[in-house]
Amino acid sequence: MNEMIAPRRLAQAAGVAASLEAVSHRYGKSIALDDVSITIPAGCMAGLIGPDGVGKSTLLALIAGVRRIQTGAVRALDGDMHSAAHRQQCYARIAYMPQGLGRNLYPTLSVFENLDFIGRLFGQGQAERKARIGDLLRSTGLDPFPDRPAGKLSGGMKQKLSLCGALIHDPDLLILDEPTTGVDPLSRRQFWELIDRIRARRPQMSVVVATAYMEEAERYDWLAAMDAGRIIATGTPAELKARTNARDLEQAFVSLLPEPKRQAHRGVQIPMRIPQSGPPAIEANGLTMRFGDFVAVDHVSFRIEKGEIFGFLGSNGCGKSTTMKMLTGLLPASEGKASLLGQPIDAQNIETRRRVGYMSQSFSLYRELTVRQNLQLHARLFDLPEPEQGPRVVEMLQRFGLDQAADSNPESLPLGMRQRLQLAVAVLHKPEMLILDEPTSGVDPVARDQFWQYLVDLSRNEGVTIFLSTHFMNEAERCDRISLMHAGKVLAADTPKALTEARAAKSLEAAFIAYLEDASGVGAKSKADERIEARPEPPPRASRAMSASRFDFGRLWAYARRESVEIWRDLLRLAFALLGPIILMITFGYGISFDVEHLRYAALDQDQTVESRQLLESFEGSRYFSRRPDIVEPSQIERRLRSGDLKLAVEIPSGFGRDLLNNRIPEVGIWLDGAMPFRAETARGYVSGLALSYLADQAARRTGSSTSALPIGIETRFKYNQAFKSVFAIVPSVIMLMLVLIPAMLTAVGVVREKETGSIANFRSTPVTSLEFLVGKQIPYVVIALVSFLTLLALSLFLFGVPVKGSVVALLTGVILYVLASTGFGLVISTFTRTQVGAIFATAVIAMIPAVNFSGLLVPVSSLSGAGRFLGLAFPAAWFQQISVGTFTKSLGFAELWINHLALAVFAVVFIGAAAVVLRKQEA
Amino acid sequence: MRKRLTNVLSLGVKELRSVRADPVLVLLVLYTFTFAVYAVATGAKLEVEHASVAIVDEDRSELSGRIKAAILEPFFKPAQEIGASEIDRAMDLNRYTFVIEVPPKFEADLLAGRKPSVQINVDATAMAQAGNGAVYLQNIVSQEVLSYAQRAEGTSKLPINLVVRSKFNPNLASHWFTAVMQVINNITILSVILTGAALIREREHGTVEHLLVMPVTPVDIMLAKIWANGLVILVAALVSLNVVVELLLKVPVAGSLALFLAGAVIYQFSVTALGILIATFTTSMPQFGLLAMPILVVMNLLSGSTTPMESMPLWLQNVMQLSPSTHFVSFAQAILYRGADLSIVWPQLLAMTAIGAAFFGVSLMRFRNAIAAAQ
Repeated sequence: MNEMIAPRRLAQAAGVAASLEAVSHRYGKSIALDDVSITIPAGCMAGLIGPDGVGKSTLLALIAGVRRIQTGAVRALDGDMHSAAHRQQCYARIAYMPQGLGRNLYPTLSVFENLDFIGRLFGQGQAERKARIGDLLRSTGLDPFPDRPAGKLSGGMKQKLSLCGALIHDPDLLILDEPTTGVDPLSRRQFWELIDRIRARRPQMSVVVATAYMEEAERYDWLAAMDAGRIIATGTPAELKARTNARDLEQAFVSLLPEPKRQAHRGVQIPMRIPQSGPPAIEANGLTMRFGDFVAVDHVSFRIEKGEIFGFLGSNGCGKSTTMKMLTGLLPASEGKASLLGQPIDAQNIETRRRVGYMSQSFSLYRELTVRQNLQLHARLFDLPEPEQGPRVVEMLQRFGLDQAADSNPESLPLGMRQRLQLAVAVLHKPEMLILDEPTSGVDPVARDQFWQYLVDLSRNEGVTIFLSTHFMNEAERCDRISLMHAGKVLAADTPKALTEARAAKSLEAAFIAYLEDASGVGAKSKADERIEARPEPPPRASRAMSASRFDFGRLWAYARRESVEIWRDLLRLAFALLGPIILMITFGYGISFDVEHLRYAALDQDQTVESRQLLESFEGSRYFSRRPDIVEPSQIERRLRSGDLKLAVEIPSGFGRDLLNNRIPEVGIWLDGAMPFRAETARGYVSGLALSYLADQAARRTGSSTSALPIGIETRFKYNQAFKSVFAIVPSVIMLMLVLIPAMLTAVGVVREKETGSIANFRSTPVTSLEFLVGKQIPYVVIALVSFLTLLALSLFLFGVPVKGSVVALLTGVILYVLASTGFGLVISTFTRTQVGAIFATAVIAMIPAVNFSGLLVPVSSLSGAGRFLGLAFPAAWFQQISVGTFTKSLGFAELWINHLALAVFAVVFIGAAAVVLRKQEA
Repeated sequence: MRKRLTNVLSLGVKELRSVRADPVLVLLVLYTFTFAVYAVATGAKLEVEHASVAIVDEDRSELSGRIKAAILEPFFKPAQEIGASEIDRAMDLNRYTFVIEVPPKFEADLLAGRKPSVQINVDATAMAQAGNGAVYLQNIVSQEVLSYAQRAEGTSKLPINLVVRSKFNPNLASHWFTAVMQVINNITILSVILTGAALIREREHGTVEHLLVMPVTPVDIMLAKIWANGLVILVAALVSLNVVVELLLKVPVAGSLALFLAGAVIYQFSVTALGILIATFTTSMPQFGLLAMPILVVMNLLSGSTTPMESMPLWLQNVMQLSPSTHFVSFAQAILYRGADLSIVWPQLLAMTAIGAAFFGVSLMRFRNAIAAAQ
C-alpha cells in the first residue's frame, strides 16, 4: 500500500496550514487541550496520533472554526480564527469532516441528494453541482448508487460520501477527524487512494487528519503525537521512529508515552494451542438471515473447536454482527442450523446462556450504574452463589485494572476502560465460551494489547473458546484461525498463515484485500478510477464570491428543501403532524362537553299525591334528566348516591300536597352528588329553573291566571351560540391549541435532531448563517401547520357543523401569523435544548400553561388578572384565541381584530430574531 | 421460581437506580405531583370566578342600583356601567362575559305589576362560565327584585322551600375535584412515560440486548420494570395525596386509603404494561413521545376526570370502557369522595385487572421480536 501514497518531502511543503499558540480548552472540569502550541505545515498530509480522548478532535474543530476558542490564538489559512469575518471567508475554503461514520449525512436522503444539498450551501448553480457531483461519485466509485439512501450505505461508503461532501467546493484545507475508524481494510485503502488522487490533482491543498491507525500514520508527511491534551512529539514518521529507536510507529508511540502509561504495556505472548478432543464448541450449518429482501447472512457454515481463538474479518455490514447475534439467540435464524456447546440454539434456553459470555459492538452496559454495580448486577443475574459474588467482583476489578474506577459511572471513563468493563462482565460468570463483537474498536494500542493478553490467557489456560470479530490485522494474526466474510458469505477460513500463503501475499492484509477484490470485482473498478485522475480540474468556482454574503436566499432554500424531503420520508412524523390534531380535535369535540345532560336521578316520593307527581313530572320532560327506578326508603338515598348510580335525588316529604294547598310552604329536599362540582353546580341551576316553572304552573292552575311566582321576566340571551352547545366554543379553541403545540414541537425537534445526529456540523462548517438555517428549517413546518389547519377547518365545517361566520381572510391571515409565531417559538426552544426528548418536554411544559389556562380557553381573558393575565398576553395563544373565536362564532373581521394580528406578527419577528441571535454558529 | 423472583428483584433495584440517575425524570415526577397539582387545582377553575359583568342601567332607580350593587366578588368583578349602544362592540372585544340590561321605568313597571323584563346577555363562547354564571345572575336579579317587592307589598313568597344539599362536597369547591383528578391523570401520564422510556432507553443503549443473552426471561424484565417504576409513581402519588391534596389544599379524603391503594396498584400494573406495549411499537424516544401523547390525552380527557362521562356520546362512552383510566377514575371518585367500599367498586377492579393482563400479554408477545426488529 505504501506505493499508493508516495511520501512527499517536507521541503515541498512551503508555508503554514494552521497554527495554534498557547491554546487551552476545557469541557467543564476536564481539560481537552492544555496550553498547546503547534504549527501544522501546508501543502502536505499532516496527521494527529494518540489514544482516545487526548484532545485530537478538539484541536481539529478549533482549526476548522466550528468550535469557539477559549484561550490562546488559532490561525488557519493565514488569518485569525477568532475573527468572524475571517471565519466567514474560510467556510468556503476549509472542509471539515467530523468523527463518526457519516455523522454529517442525512440518512433518509440519497447519495445524490446529500451532495446536492451541500453544493447548494456553497451557492453552486445547478449545472455546476451536477458536474461536480458526477465527478466526485465517479472518482469514489459511488456512481452506481446515486439514489441509495445514505443510511443504507456501508460504513466505508458513508465515509466516502462524507468526503465527497467535504470536497465539493475544492477546499484549500481539508480536515478529517478519524475518517477510517471502524472501516474495513479494503474501504480504508480505497479511501486513502482517493485522497491521494485528489492531492495529485490539487497539490496546493493541505490535509490534516486524526487517526487511531498507526499503519496509516506511517504514510503521512508529518505527524504530531498527542497525549493528555498536550503535544508530546512532532516530525516525520521516520524522525519519530529514529528518535525512539522503534521498528514501527506503534512502538514509537508507546515509547513516547509518559513512564506510567508505558509500563502497563508489554507485548502479547501467544503460547501454542494444544488441540482438545471433544465436540466442537460452535458449529454452524447453512446459517441464513434475511431482513425482507435483503440477505444479511447467506448460508454460512463453520466449526470452532473448544479453546480456539477464532477471528471473524470482513467489510462493514457484511453480516459478522448478525451471525454473532444468531449464535447468541438474539436473532432467530431464517434458515440453517447452529449449535453451541453441543446444544442446538434456542432463544428460550436459559442453561446455554449461563455458559456463554457475549459482548456487543457498542457499549451495552448500564451507564447510570457504577462499574461495581454493573458487575454486581451481573453476578446476581448469572446466579453466582451468594458468598462467591463479592470476591469474584473484586477479582474482576483487579484483573481488568478497574479498581480505581470502581465507583465511577462508565460514561465518565475512556473508551478503553469501558471496553475492559464489558469484557469483565462477559467473563464474570466463568463462561466456557466468549462471543465478542469488535471488542477493541476505538481502543488505543496499549489498552488493546492488555486486552489480548487476557484473552490469550483464558484460551490457553482455561480452555475458553473465543469467537471475535475485528478490523485490526495485527489482531487477526493472533487468532488460531480466521474467517473472511463478505456480503453475507464466508470467502475463506483457515489459519492466518495459510490464508496469506494461499494468495501468495506479503501480508494478511494484502491477502484479505485480494479476497475482497475478487469477491466484489472492485479491482477492475479502481483501475478505471485512475484514468479519471488525469481529468483537468473542474472550472473555477463561481460560487465563492457570493457565499460570503450575509443573507442568501439560495442557502435558506437549500435547508427548506432538504427538511421537506426528510419529513416526506419520515411518515411517522408526518402522520403525527397531520393525524394527531385530527384525532385530538375529534376527541375534544365529542368528549369535552360542558353540556350537562342525562343526569341520572331518582325520587323518594313519600307523599304520593297529585301535587307531588306533578312536581316529578316536570323533571321527566327535561333532556337534562333521566329517571332511574324510584327510591323506596330514605336510607337508599345515601347508598345509591355513593355507588354513583344517582347524581341527584329528590325527596318529597309526606304531606307535601296538603301543605302546598294550604300555603304552608312545604320543604322539598334535593340531594346532589358533589363529587364533580361542575356537574353539581349545573344541576343545581337546572333544578331551580324547573322548580320555578313548576310553581308558575301551579299558580296558573290554582288561580286560573298566568301570573308567575316572579313579578318580572328575565330573558337570557346566549350570544354567538344561541343553542349554547359546547362544540361551538370548543372547535375554535382546539384549533388555537393544536396550531401552537404541535408546530412548535415539530420545529423544535427538527432543529435539535440535527444536534443529536451530528448533521448540525454542516451548519457550523459551511457559509450558511443562523438566520438562513433557522428560517429554512422553519418553512416546511409552517406549511405543515397550514395544511393541518385546513384539515381542522374541514372537520369543523363538515363534521361538527361549526361555520366561519366572520371574515375568512382575517382568519387565514391570523393563522399564518400565528403559525409563524408558534414555529418561531419552537426555534427558540431548540436553541437551548440538547435532546429531542428535552425539546418535546420543554415545549409541552412551557407552552401548555399559557395556552390552556391563560389563553381564554377555560377562563375568559377578561376574568384574569395579575400574573395570569400577563402570562396569557406574553404568549401568542391568547391573541389568536380572539381571532379564532371572533371569526368562527362572533362574525368579526379585521376592523375588530387587527390588534391581535399585529401582536402575532410581533411575536413571530421577536421569536425568530431571538433564536437567530442565540444560536451560535460555533460550538462552545 | 425463587430464582425468577430474585431476578425480578435485582432487575427492579437496577431500575430504581436508573430512575435516580436521571435528574430530568426525577424533576418531572416531582414537578407534576407537587407544583402542577397545586397550580391546576387552584388555577384552572371551572367555577364562576371574577367573571366580568357590565350593566346598562336605563332605569336609574333604587332597584336597578341594588341589582348592580348585588353583583359581588368572588363570583363577579364589580359591574361596569356602559351605554346601550356599546353592548355589541364590548362583547365582541371580549371585555365582558355578561351584560345586564335594565330597561327604562323598570322599577315603576314592577310596582305597577306590569311584569317588566330584564335582559341578560351572555357570551356563550366562554363555556365554563357562561351557563352557571347566567344562572347566578338570574338568581341575583330575582332575589333583589323579590326582596324589593316584598318590602313594598309584604306579600309574594315562594310557595315551596327548595332545600338543595350536595353530598360529598358540600360547598361544591372545584379544587376538591381537580386536585384528586390531577393526581390520577399524573399517575397515568408518568406510569406510561417512565416505563416506556425505561424500555426505550435500554434499547437505545443496547442494554436490553445484553439482558436477553443472560439467564433472564422477558417476563422477568417486564415485571421488574413494572414493579420498580410503579413503586416510584405510587409513592409519589401517595405523598402528593397526603401532603399536597389533604394538607395544603385541605381536601378531605372520604374513603379507605388502603382500598384506594390496592386499586392504584392494579391500575399501575395496567398503565405500566401499556407503557411497555407502546414502547414495543416504537424504536426511538421521539417516536415514543409522539405516539404516547395522543393516547395519554385521550385517556385523561375522556376518562371522566375532566368533564362528566354522561355528556359524551354513547358510542364514545363505550369505546372508553377499553381504557383502564375510565375505570380507575370512577373507582377513585367512588372511594375518595363518596367513601364507597369493596362491594361497590369490585367491577372496576375486575375491569382494570383484565385490561392490564391483556396489555401485559400483548407486550410479552411482541417483546423479543420488537427488540430484534429495532436493530
